[in-house]
Amino acid sequence: MDHLVALLAGIFLTAAIYLLLSRSLIRMLLGLVLLGNGVNLVILVSGRLGRIVPPIVPEGAKVPMAGAANPLPQALILTAIVIGFAMFAFLLVLAYRAYQSLDADDTDKMRVAEPRNAPKPPMSY
Amino acid sequence: MQDMAIHPVDWLVILPVVLPLLGAALLLMLREAKEAQYWMALGTVAVLLLGDIALATRIAEQGPVSMTMGNWLPPFGISFTADLVGAVFALAAAGVTLLVLVYLRLDMPDRARRDGVYPLVLLLLAGVSGSFLTGDLFNLYVWFEVMLIASLGLMVLGGRNSQLDATVKYGFLNFFATTIFLLSLGLTYGTLGTLNMADIVAKAPAADPAVMASIAALLLLAFGMKAAAFPVNAWLPASYHAPPAAVSALMAGLLTKVGVYALLRAMTMLLPASREVLEPVLVVVALGTLILGPLGAIAETNLRRALGFLVIGGIGATVTGIALNNEAGLAGAATYVLHAMLTITGLYLVAGLIEAMTGETDTRRMGGLYAAASLPSVLFFVLMLAVAGVPPFLGFWPKLLLVEGGIAGWAPNWDGWALALWVGVLVNALLTLIAGSRLWGHIFWRAGHESAENEAPNPDLRRLDRRATWLGLAPTAVLTLAVFLLGVWPEPLLGFGKQAAAGLLQSADYVAATGVAGGEP
Repeated sequence: MDHLVALLAGIFLTAAIYLLLSRSLIRMLLGLVLLGNGVNLVILVSGRLGRIVPPIVPEGAKVPMAGAANPLPQALILTAIVIGFAMFAFLLVLAYRAYQSLDADDTDKMRVAEPRNAPKPPMSY
Repeated sequence: MQDMAIHPVDWLVILPVVLPLLGAALLLMLREAKEAQYWMALGTVAVLLLGDIALATRIAEQGPVSMTMGNWLPPFGISFTADLVGAVFALAAAGVTLLVLVYLRLDMPDRARRDGVYPLVLLLLAGVSGSFLTGDLFNLYVWFEVMLIASLGLMVLGGRNSQLDATVKYGFLNFFATTIFLLSLGLTYGTLGTLNMADIVAKAPAADPAVMASIAALLLLAFGMKAAAFPVNAWLPASYHAPPAAVSALMAGLLTKVGVYALLRAMTMLLPASREVLEPVLVVVALGTLILGPLGAIAETNLRRALGFLVIGGIGATVTGIALNNEAGLAGAATYVLHAMLTITGLYLVAGLIEAMTGETDTRRMGGLYAAASLPSVLFFVLMLAVAGVPPFLGFWPKLLLVEGGIAGWAPNWDGWALALWVGVLVNALLTLIAGSRLWGHIFWRAGHESAENEAPNPDLRRLDRRATWLGLAPTAVLTLAVFLLGVWPEPLLGFGKQAAAGLLQSADYVAATGVAGGEP
């Protein structure tokens, strides 16, 4: 099971890198979402899978039962999902606004801040 | 559960995060009251500055201070552990933010104030302080994201086309970097079963060195990207010149330095064995950044873009310290971060004044400013010399330490890498001096616009009015004065560097303060 999820995470990361290499903002954004999900899978699998005992300490005991699931990766992933989603929402709005104002979703055509034919440095001094 | 009571002074560890977060929330509620917002933001940062001073003093006297959230027994809760490096960096960040806040009043259009520029600045400061003080890697990731979202907001406020363009590049690449950081966190947890920094120090030596080296490589990529080190530096000159000058000053002064701090912490303290494996990479990164940064500045005609390249050159100097990894080298890196926070922020603030006076962003059309305003020209000159590392200004001492560290690493067995590094630092100083003095010459010294025939005086210059002098020139002058004073009286700076390097190399105090692995809490 662990190996399968690790493989899945690998596929996610591969697809994410492929999409991120695109020049289209929307594809890059989807790439970032896939990357985030792939990374979340990595965290999940790094906490070991395949245990079905809930991580709750039984009454009277001081530690959870043997074979309990690991709750920490889930807490980490939950945080990462929230942050990733917020960032995705912001970047989506930003990309849309940039598309409206700059009339481009192709990063090669977005050259306002960095003009393509930048002037030569002054030759004096 | 931990039973011992926390010393009241130790609550200071959490203050630099709680205070700006609360302040930001409060300011958001008060967003209609523009005047009150400004004074409350100033007040919050001023109190924070006092808290940071108290924290840094206590740590300098008694060693690292730690506090674990929810009174859990470390390594289970989220620890906040402040050692001297983190506390002094947080102190410098608060001081710089206070001065930039004053300047911000001058620089921001009225609309931006209603849109929440002050809460965003406080949020940014919370992220920066949290990154410097946290003792938990996942928490560091969270602070990185807090810092990123605040800086995205600041960068896009105003919504001009160039800002949108810049924010797209900045946002995508930095979000990618933090996600890579998250990936390495997942692998760290899977390998060591912990994310507490002190616990990682204790457990990393027993883990498989190959796995740890790959984790360290991922961390190097993520933090290197945040710090804008060569070859992943392209986002910085593409974005830092777009927002108003005060915002870019704040970002250039603080954000890349957090990346450097994280790199320093991760490579030197957490994973020293993996740092040795990665040493050739670090050397190449350091040399590339050292040389290409100032070369980019020489080739640039946009003033603030040129300054962006100088920021990158400084990152190279700090990576040099990490690559050397001896006492002088690390002291050089730590003091360089401090120097860059003050000097680079000052330079961007002067650049904002220059742009306001000339109405231009292109250095070729700025000439003749010296006649109109001599004080900004003096400030720019001093700060430019400081960035290049010319005595008697602040920038000289970190570079001296770095060269000392390089020679110390080279001398015993004629190590070629160390030789390349300290020669690289010297070449960087020379190139930075060329870039800086060219900028100064073009902006202040030349009579008018650049062209072969026309050297007539520049007709478009505007003098700074009273308000701009007090809100704009005064904070810049204070920063420049600090750069000068710390340059002629470097004793506290050098003392800090020495203690910081010792703390990073021998992490026993840090681990003991956190209270893991049987250390006294």
